[in-house]
Amino acid sequence: MLGIDAARRPGRATFRLTHPAVSGVVRPRLILVWLTLAAVAFGVFCTAIAFGSGDFPVALPDVVPALWGSGDPATLFAVRELRLPRAMVALLSGAAFGAAGAVFQTVTRNPLASPDMLGITQGAGAAVAAGVAFGIGGGLSSQTLGLVGALTAGVLIYLLAWNRGTTGYRIVLVGIGISWMCTSLTVYLVSRMELYQAQKILGWLVGSLNDRGWAEARPLAFALLLVLPILVLLTRLQRTLLLGDEVAAGLGTPVQRTRLALVLSASALAAFATAATGPVLFVALASPQIAQRLARTPAPPLTAAALTGAAIVLLSDLISQRLLSDMVIPVGVVTGVLGAPFLLWQLARANRAGSGG
Amino acid sequence: MTRDSTAPAPTARDVASPAAGTAPPPRPLRRPLLIAAAAVALVVLCLASLAIGSRSIPLDLVVRALFDPGHPGVDPETEAIVRSTRMFRTVVAVLAGTALGLAGAVMQGLTRNPLADPGLLGVTAGAAFGTVVAIGVFGITALMGSIWFAFGGTLVATVVVYLLGSRGRGGASPVKLALAGVAITYLLDSLTSGIALTDPEALDRYRYWSSGSLTGHDGGTLLRVAPFLAAGVLLALSIATALNSIALGDDVAVALGRRLGMVRLRAALAVTLLTGTITAVVGPIVFVGLVVPHVVRLITGPDHRWLLPGSMLVAPCLLLAADIIGRVVARPQEIDVSLVAAFLGAPFFIALVRRRRLAEL
Repeated sequence: MLGIDAARRPGRATFRLTHPAVSGVVRPRLILVWLTLAAVAFGVFCTAIAFGSGDFPVALPDVVPALWGSGDPATLFAVRELRLPRAMVALLSGAAFGAAGAVFQTVTRNPLASPDMLGITQGAGAAVAAGVAFGIGGGLSSQTLGLVGALTAGVLIYLLAWNRGTTGYRIVLVGIGISWMCTSLTVYLVSRMELYQAQKILGWLVGSLNDRGWAEARPLAFALLLVLPILVLLTRLQRTLLLGDEVAAGLGTPVQRTRLALVLSASALAAFATAATGPVLFVALASPQIAQRLARTPAPPLTAAALTGAAIVLLSDLISQRLLSDMVIPVGVVTGVLGAPFLLWQLARANRAGSGG
Repeated sequence: MTRDSTAPAPTARDVASPAAGTAPPPRPLRRPLLIAAAAVALVVLCLASLAIGSRSIPLDLVVRALFDPGHPGVDPETEAIVRSTRMFRTVVAVLAGTALGLAGAVMQGLTRNPLADPGLLGVTAGAAFGTVVAIGVFGITALMGSIWFAFGGTLVATVVVYLLGSRGRGGASPVKLALAGVAITYLLDSLTSGIALTDPEALDRYRYWSSGSLTGHDGGTLLRVAPFLAAGVLLALSIATALNSIALGDDVAVALGRRLGMVRLRAALAVTLLTGTITAVVGPIVFVGLVVPHVVRLITGPDHRWLLPGSMLVAPCLLLAADIIGRVVARPQEIDVSLVAAFLGAPFFIALVRRRRLAEL
């Protein structure tokens, strides 16, 4: 038996099966958005591998077989050794940024809250800038420094926001404070550097996928495999947090523990992604908002946001490699130029009351 | 976001001016006391700013040089330092603080978002983009040349943000405005870094401008930007009661007889005038506009008739104190004011957030 009351709540349908006894809510639009975004992301992924940096031409239909290990050796080498790692970093970091942004925006109930507004990205930036300026941790890569900086910032924000429990509001405000301290430190260090150092660090600070490979992709993949299932499991509790702390507690949600788990998980995702690519700004902020408007859900949807983030970063990276013939512009420049008009278009055409914010 | 339930409900007829001292019951004395204390602190900090620097000047000589030029007890060099270099620097700091604090308070009231700051509507990004275009594309390096580019960038960014944020049903709602502002900010920042990264000369100048500096301005510059600032201040203060209505929600504000479109337009114009001018002159000074309204709100409550003047007085104090500290700690070098402001303000701000129950927006 299948009972659908789509008339009462547009965008969602309920079903109830007698054998086995299962009932639930189906959001056809959300599933459609998932499938579309996944298809778009995979399409861009293959296109990025076919037309990525380098002169060796790979035909688009050859990409998928080559990924599975069939094709002539030259194509296999170009696809699996040269272009796949970079595309993987783009895919994974985009997904991590998108998911982290969705969690932060839900926890704080603020569409502007994202790891790059709340100081986690800036923590990574300050750590890397200090590394370049003082030559500390000479052996440590900017990847490690960025990871340490971002995780420190995330934990610091949570600890400082703790005063007999946290609130989303306090996390936002403490995050702003941490963010500006880190930004000031970075700007100060950059203005005191030699010009060649400044150019290097500014290149890192806008986020770039140049020279990224398996060394960056592997830790990020582990982080995603570990954290994303936790976040998916927490989705049910997270949804009650949107109703406010009192209501959530009344519904039986352990408010403080849920929030701690959410903030730490999202910080870790953002930290690993930032460590891999540098702060690719805007993805974490825009992806959840774009996904929310595509899926017409009341809060940023986690999976759709991750898929949107992956698609944005992949597409931006493809453009950044091919736009200028003589140089590869940093992907962070492209995400802003590409993602911003898309978000604006989404804002402008959202004419349903409520979906416009 | 919940509102402070102790706040007086402003009505359309409730238009008493802050100077009239008709503060409603909950905080009868704290508000005038805050204004008085901030005013005293401002005067003291101004004098300190004239006296302290790489060469310290005793306070009595400062006062004499100020009010009695040509006095035999003051040597001409001291008088020159006090009456030109440090005076202009102090005036710029006061103007910048006033403008940024006021703009921040207006932005937060208008968008009902605690994250709102003058950078939010794309104002700072517009100014930065204009400046980099002036340097990188047109090769203009003089301040009075690039200031118009910065101003143009600011204006275009604000207008685009407002038009895009107000499309669709529901008009310019706080979230749409804020999101449109952030989107434009990232768009322009990306373009700015794109230009700065491909042009080493533009990068070199941009990174100094982008860290914010109060020095190197003369009376001519100040005179030229003063009308813009004055217009911005008047415009901002004129919408204080309207912002109180908006704090109750858009529907209530309309029911109280506010024309939301007009109020938002005036607020956006005021913010553009205030921050656009200051950003063009001293570079992007962030944090001040964001934090000061939160600090003032702790004392005055959410009533904008007190919040706006309070922010106007407290913000210059923060900026002056930051500037003085920046001169002293790394002698003979100086640390830029925006960095000190963030470094000083952030721990203080975090401590406040932790200790007190915040008057939420």
